Amino acid sequence: MNPLWTLLPPLLVIPFIIGFGEARRNLREGSILVAGVVLFLMNVVLWRSTLAGVSQSSGELPILSNFSLQLVVEPMGVVFGLLASFLWVVTTVYSIGYMRGHDEKNQTRFYTCFAIAIAAVMAAAYAGNLLTLFVAYEVITLSTFPLVTHAGHAGAVRAGKIYIGILMSSSIALFLPAMIWVATQAGTLDFMAGGILHDTGISRFSLAVLMGLFVFGIGKAAVMPLHRWLPAAMVAPTPVSALLHAVAVVKTGVFSLLKIVTYTFGIDTVAASGAADWILPFTAFTVIVASVVAFTKDNLKARLAYSTISQLSYIVMAALLATTMSVSGGVMHIVMHAFGKITLFFCAGAILVGAHKDSVSQLDGLGKRMPLTMAAFAIGALGIIGLPPTGGTWSKLLIAGGSLDTGTWFYIGVLMLSTLLNIAYLLPIPLRAFFKPLPQAAQAQSDPYHDAAHAHLDDHEHSSDAPAACRYAIAVTATVTVLLFFFPGPLTDLVALIPWR
Amino acid sequence: MMDQLPALQVMLPMVAAPLIVIIRHPFWSWLIATLISVCACWVSWLMLQQVVDGSIIRYAIGGWEAPTGIEFYVDRANAGVALLVSGLSSVVLVYAYHSIKRTVDTSKHYLFYAGWLLCLTGLIGMVITGDAFNVFVFLEISSLSTYMLIAFGSDRQALVASFRYLVMGSVGASFILIGIGFLYAATGTLNMVDLAARIPDTESPRAVLVAFSFLTVGLMIKAAVFPLHGWLLNAYHHAPIAVTAFLAGTATKVSLYILVRMFFSIFGDEYSFGYLLLNWVLLPSAIAAFVTMSLVAIYQTDLRRMLAYSSVAQIGYILAGISLATQQGLTAAVVHMFNHGMVKATLFMAVGCVLYRAGHAHIPSLERMMSRMPFTTTAFILSGLGLIGVPLTVGFVSKFTLINALMEKGWWPAVVMILASSVMATAYIGRVVYLMLFREARESSASGEGYQEVPLLMLVPMYALLALGLYFGLFGSQTLGIASGAAESLLGGYQ
Repeated sequence: MNPLWTLLPPLLVIPFIIGFGEARRNLREGSILVAGVVLFLMNVVLWRSTLAGVSQSSGELPILSNFSLQLVVEPMGVVFGLLASFLWVVTTVYSIGYMRGHDEKNQTRFYTCFAIAIAAVMAAAYAGNLLTLFVAYEVITLSTFPLVTHAGHAGAVRAGKIYIGILMSSSIALFLPAMIWVATQAGTLDFMAGGILHDTGISRFSLAVLMGLFVFGIGKAAVMPLHRWLPAAMVAPTPVSALLHAVAVVKTGVFSLLKIVTYTFGIDTVAASGAADWILPFTAFTVIVASVVAFTKDNLKARLAYSTISQLSYIVMAALLATTMSVSGGVMHIVMHAFGKITLFFCAGAILVGAHKDSVSQLDGLGKRMPLTMAAFAIGALGIIGLPPTGGTWSKLLIAGGSLDTGTWFYIGVLMLSTLLNIAYLLPIPLRAFFKPLPQAAQAQSDPYHDAAHAHLDDHEHSSDAPAACRYAIAVTATVTVLLFFFPGPLTDLVALIPWR
Repeated sequence: MMDQLPALQVMLPMVAAPLIVIIRHPFWSWLIATLISVCACWVSWLMLQQVVDGSIIRYAIGGWEAPTGIEFYVDRANAGVALLVSGLSSVVLVYAYHSIKRTVDTSKHYLFYAGWLLCLTGLIGMVITGDAFNVFVFLEISSLSTYMLIAFGSDRQALVASFRYLVMGSVGASFILIGIGFLYAATGTLNMVDLAARIPDTESPRAVLVAFSFLTVGLMIKAAVFPLHGWLLNAYHHAPIAVTAFLAGTATKVSLYILVRMFFSIFGDEYSFGYLLLNWVLLPSAIAAFVTMSLVAIYQTDLRRMLAYSSVAQIGYILAGISLATQQGLTAAVVHMFNHGMVKATLFMAVGCVLYRAGHAHIPSLERMMSRMPFTTTAFILSGLGLIGVPLTVGFVSKFTLINALMEKGWWPAVVMILASSVMATAYIGRVVYLMLFREARESSASGEGYQEVPLLMLVPMYALLALGLYFGLFGSQTLGIASGAAESLLGGYQ
């Protein structure tokens, strides 16, 4: 199948979204679900034919004299395409509950920009060359900007400024020249097995600089010091944080790096030249420091954001270690972390809609009121930490094994330390929710005029748990997180097909 | 008919201008000007079709062959520029109808449109002529009419701006004239093809050197190259906005084209860049232009002035491409002339729409434009992205080509500077977009007053140009193909 078809469902649904509008919101959201399911099925078709070894590519659109836009299907892209399209469906179900429960404004604009972003993510997933990847990368930045500033208040606008400022300037100042440098050196931008830079006579120093331009130019990978936009983007509605800032946007960043390391540099070239050696400490620093910062955040979404920054740097580290095992681990970690983190974000949103709470310190005793949500949160947390029975175990194991292959113990130490920190900042949340008492009694005492019994009843009516649509979505992602532990087979089969050399 | 195209190209607007003065009716003069401009555009299109394969049209005016008479010389390099000039003129003229009604007294409309056609005559003439002295004649036609057009601006400062431009422009024109005089003294010919042939074995190389210097400085003034750009800011700021849109896309580009023609075809790149090391003059001024001017643009409070500074910066990009003196670099320069011409004209048209409704272009007061004038704001944002060089816009095509050319030559510091100025472009465009989208209306202006969209006759041409820009952003290989053909013709010299 021509991978260009995958752009069609998210783009074709936009007229429907706008046409149905606010007045017929059931139809509007129904059309998105249909498009999502169709998109997922398309990705499944691409997956089946990739397994069968059929090569699939689109036509070329020559936007420059020697370089054109083209989509080509390869295993890494299939992994990402499947992931993003599946989670788009789930997130749409979730947003229906969340956006209505939260009475958000401008939902039509919200869904439209969301669909554009998904189309761009598909283009990034199946990008056949660096140019296509760059274009998709920029479209994602621009189309998600209205989502970040969605609330429209001063805080959201300020966050939007940071978001677009960091992502645009880093991509223009670093990513763009890196791409043009590759074009000048290799004369092509195509993604090819084994890379295109190995016999261009480029010096080791230039390779190292080029690698730096890519890692820091792809600001979406949020390697410190370019991470500030991610916590800022958390002012967006939770479905945006969940799909875009835990999956689509940030994963486009690390996915781009994995693709560039594998198909532009070639893992052998990276390993032999040591081009990435000076950047690895940055990723290690990010892994540890972001975990520590997450520990200090009381706001739930901010804590998750810093956790994401830390986890993204795992993947960047895996890419830069440039062994078959570590890069495979990186690709798998995209999936594992996606399911774990989206579950956590869904839970955070559900807590916000259901209980109107957004801070870790307010969650005491919430487990009795929202048992399903908090149980899912615990599973998601295990997934991020990388403990059985969740899929995160496998990817973390592979990355650790990959770093062992390079002969250094340092990065294993970083991984282990960060795992401990993960436990420290994530597990207390469900524990608190289940084992600490509700602070209800204390409240009633401090406010003698308030009818405590009535308030309790009131609370129960409004917020016994999140809206049903939210709960379904949470159940699906939490279940998949566990399933990936028991059945990682389909994923590992795909990863095994990646042409390394 | 097809053989007479070069003559038609110049004659059509030239003859129509006095016709308008005779008719004197505001509407009819607008209609005639527009139709003539569209015809000129069609003629340039036909001409481009004839030469795009690399062939050359040499047209002897009045049947007098070249050494005696004046000839028009059309090849890939200048047919495209002529198309840009006449095309932008047509689009902006359609747009100008309402915009000019607002700023210019109805009784003077006929003068305005006559002046516009004369300006068009001059610009096209400069581009397609094959005679050095004829360049000067057409330059004066376009300059004089431009001074008049700028003076039509609604505030009194327009007169000062026009006068400043007149002084600077006359200095530039005199320099050019002196340069041409020296060339004539040294070689005994004014025909550009003959000049190119005779310069290498002239007996007075010193006179050629003097001519070269005068011509370079004179054209740099007319092209508003960095330290000589002073006239441009006030002229763009205070002229009627339609005139600004037209000039921003064409006038400086034409001067740059003449500059390139001179460096590469008449004197030859060996002489200009090999012997005289012109790149050490052009490149520093180019870099200074796009770094400092982008920086200054960030702090402007008037939209027109901000875009004027941005224009000087963009001329710097074109100049950087020229100073490379390679096929790649020249391709980047030529393609950026087209791309920037389209983008800047669209931006100024959008500003004109804002002026039409809001009556001012004071950036900090442009709050909530998206809800007041959604179409105008959308056009501004999209072409603003083109100015920044976001992928899928024309700006990306030219920036990619330019950086690629600089890297091939190994001029890394220039690459770094271009990237820095791109980030600054993000800042100055982003700042305006930010205010347009998110700034809350202040109490005083919020009370019940909301502007509507501008008339359709302003929106349609603006969107036509925007659509063209988006198309060439997607299919950049088409413009790049023409540009690289143009670069080839320029580097190859006259056959």
